[in-house]
Amino acid sequence: MLSIRNIVKQYANHRALDNVSMEIEKGSIFGLLGPNGAGKTSLIRIINQITAPDEGEIWLNGEKLNPSHISKIGYLPEERGLYKKMKIGDQMLYLAQLKGLSKKEATKRIKYWFEKMEMQTWWNKKVEDLSKGMQQKVQFVATVVHDPELLILDEPFSGFDPINAEIIKNEILELNKKGATIIFSTHRMESVEQLCQSIALLNKSHKILEGRVRDIKNSYRNNIFRISYVGTDLPSENMDTFELISHQQNENYKEITIKIKEGKTTNDVLYLLLPNFQVNELTEVIPSINDIFIQNVKTTNLL
Amino acid sequence: MNKIFLIIQREYLSRVKKKSFLLLTFLIPFILLGMNALVVYLSLSGSDQKTEVHVIDDSGIFIPDLKDNKSIDFIPSHTPLSKAKNELSDTGEGFLLYIPADIQQGGKPEMLSKKKPGISVLSSIEEQMNGILRTRMLKDAGIDLETLNSIKPAVSIISKEITPEGEKSSNAGAAYAVGFVSAILIYMSLFIYGAQVMRGVIEEKTSRIIEVIISSVKPFQLMLGKIIGIGLVGLTQFLLWIILSLALTGIAGNVLLQGQEKPGSEQVSQKDASPEQMMEEGLGAEVMKAIDTINFSYILTIFLVYFLGGFMLYSALFAAVGSAVDSETETQQFMFPITLPLLFTYIMSFSFIVNNPDSSLAFWLSIIPFTSPIAMMVRLPFGVPEWELILSLTLLIIGFIFTTWVAARIYRVGILMYGKKASYRELAKWFMYKE
Repeated sequence: MLSIRNIVKQYANHRALDNVSMEIEKGSIFGLLGPNGAGKTSLIRIINQITAPDEGEIWLNGEKLNPSHISKIGYLPEERGLYKKMKIGDQMLYLAQLKGLSKKEATKRIKYWFEKMEMQTWWNKKVEDLSKGMQQKVQFVATVVHDPELLILDEPFSGFDPINAEIIKNEILELNKKGATIIFSTHRMESVEQLCQSIALLNKSHKILEGRVRDIKNSYRNNIFRISYVGTDLPSENMDTFELISHQQNENYKEITIKIKEGKTTNDVLYLLLPNFQVNELTEVIPSINDIFIQNVKTTNLL
Repeated sequence: MNKIFLIIQREYLSRVKKKSFLLLTFLIPFILLGMNALVVYLSLSGSDQKTEVHVIDDSGIFIPDLKDNKSIDFIPSHTPLSKAKNELSDTGEGFLLYIPADIQQGGKPEMLSKKKPGISVLSSIEEQMNGILRTRMLKDAGIDLETLNSIKPAVSIISKEITPEGEKSSNAGAAYAVGFVSAILIYMSLFIYGAQVMRGVIEEKTSRIIEVIISSVKPFQLMLGKIIGIGLVGLTQFLLWIILSLALTGIAGNVLLQGQEKPGSEQVSQKDASPEQMMEEGLGAEVMKAIDTINFSYILTIFLVYFLGGFMLYSALFAAVGSAVDSETETQQFMFPITLPLLFTYIMSFSFIVNNPDSSLAFWLSIIPFTSPIAMMVRLPFGVPEWELILSLTLLIIGFIFTTWVAARIYRVGILMYGKKASYRELAKWFMYKE
C-alpha cells in the first residue's frame, strides 16, 4: 500500500533521513520505532506531504504521492492541538471539510463518531472547557472522521488514561479490521508487541531493522531458557549441555536462566535434570521488542 | 481553491462573531460622535471658571479699556505693588497684573500669581493690551481711527482647480484634514490588522493545530486564507464604521436643526445679540463648503484600495514574523524593520508631505510600495496625476506579491519549528530551503 523508497531529507546541517526505504502492506498495523530524534516525525511529515523529501519517492496504492492523497490519510500528530476558542462541533466540521468532505457528509460522520465515543453533548463546548483526556478524544475523532485508508498515529496513547486508552485501542483495531492501514509511531514498545504485525526501526536517520514482529523476534532467539525447579543447587560439572547464565533462589523453588549449547536441545537438558530435580517450568526466553530495540540502538550508536 | 475559501470563511467568521468586534464596530462611531459633541459643547460654553485679575496700572492707559470677557474679570486695584504682592502671597489666590508706567518706552508688564496662569488667559490679556496700546499709538501719531477702520481690505483667494469637468473650487484646509485622517487610519489599521494576522499565526503554532491543518492544506494556502480573511474583517469594520457614522451624523444633524428651528424668540434674540455666534455659524458654513470641495467617494475608493494593498503587503510580513517565534513577546526584534518604514512615512507625512505634496520626496514615498499606502493618502486630496496613481498601485501589487512570496517561504518552515530562537540568519536559511 505504502512504499517508501530511498528517502533523503537534509536540513541545513543535519540529515534527518538518510536513504530510508520501507514497505507497508495494505491492511497491516505497522510500527515505526525509534528513539527521539531518529527521524520518525520527519518521515511522517513527508508521508503527509507537509514537507517534501530531497531525494526519493513515496508511492501510495501504486501512485506517486500527490495532493489527491491528502483525503485518504488521517494524521494524529504527537503534539496535539485544537483551536482553543472554537466550538468543538465547528472545529470538527472545519477540519473534516479541509480533508475534502462536503458539509453535509462531514456533519453526518461527526455525529456518528460523537455518538460512538459518547461525546454528543460536546458539540457547543469550547476546547478550553474540556479536560485533556477529552481533548485527546476530540482530536482522535478529527483524525478518523474522513474515513482514511491510511492512518498515521504519532504516540497515540500518550495523554490517555488507561480506560480511554483501551477505548481508543479498540477503535483503532476496529478501523483496521474494516481495512484501514495503520502506522504507529512510538517509542513505547509494549503497545507495539500487542498491536503491530510489522515494524521498522529508525535510529540516527537510518533504518536499522525492518520486518514482521514474529520474524524479528525469532531471529533474535538465542537458545536461552528459563527453568524453575525444586531441589538442591545445580551440580557444576556436566556443563557441556548448557551454560548457566544466572540463578535465583526463591522461597520454595529455584529459577535458573541457561543458554543451551550448539547442537543440544531442551530434551538433553531435561534428561540431565529430571533424575535429580522436580522441574516445574521450562520456557524459552524470547527477547521483547524493547530488548531488541535497545540492543540495536546501542550497537548502532557504538558504530 | 475550495480549501482557501474554507480558511477565509473560518478566519472571517471567527473574528466577526466575536463580541469584541461587534462592540468596537458599534461603539467607535458613538464615541467619535460623543467626542465631537463634547468639543463643540466645550468650545461654545467656554470655561466655567472665571479668572480674577487684579490690575495695578501705573501707566493709567489700560484700566479704562480692559474689558471683562467669558473667562476673565479685571479688577482695578490701587494698592501699591509691594503691598499687593504680600497680600497675594498670603492668600495665595488670584492673579495680579502689574503694568509699569514706562510701558510705552518698552517697560514689561508682569503677571504675578502663586499658580501658573493659563495660556489662554495670558494671550487674551496680551491681545487686549496690544489693541489698547495700538489705538493709543495710532492716536498719538495723528492717524484718524475712523478712516483706518473703514479701510479694511478683505482679500481671500479662491483656489480653483482646472479639471475636465470645468473649474472646481478646491480647499487646501479640507484637503489637509482628509489626508491627515486617512493617513492616520491607514497607519493604525495596518498595525491593528497586521498584528491580528501575526497573533493568528502564533496561536496556531502554539496550540499545535498547525500540523493537523497543513497535513490537509498547503502552508501557503493557510497563510493566504488567513490574510484575506482578516483583510475582509478590516474591510467590514471600515464599511460598518462609515455607514454608522453617516447614519449617526445624519440623525444628529436633524436633531440639531430641529433644535435650532424650534425655539421661540428668546434664542433668536440671543443670536442677534451675539456676533460671536454669528461668526461661528459663518465658519460652520465655510467648513461645509470646504468639505463639499472634496470628492469623497473617490477618496474612499482609493483609501480602501490602499488599505487592502498595504494590508496584504505588511500582513504577509507579520505572518512570517509570527511563524518565526513561539510567543508574542519574542516578536520585538523582527517587528522593528517592519514598523520602521511605516513610522518614517507617518512622521514625514505630517511634517513634510502635507506642506509639500508635490515635492520629489513626497512623490517617491507615494510610489514605493512600503510607504505608498500612507504617503499617497496624504497627497491624494491635493490632487495626484492619474499615471502616478496607476504606477503606485501597480508597484503596490507587485510589492505585496513579492512580500507574500518571501513570507511564505519563511512561514512554511517557521510554523514547524519549536523552541528554537530564530535569528535573521536562521530566517535566511529557512528562506533558502527547498520545498
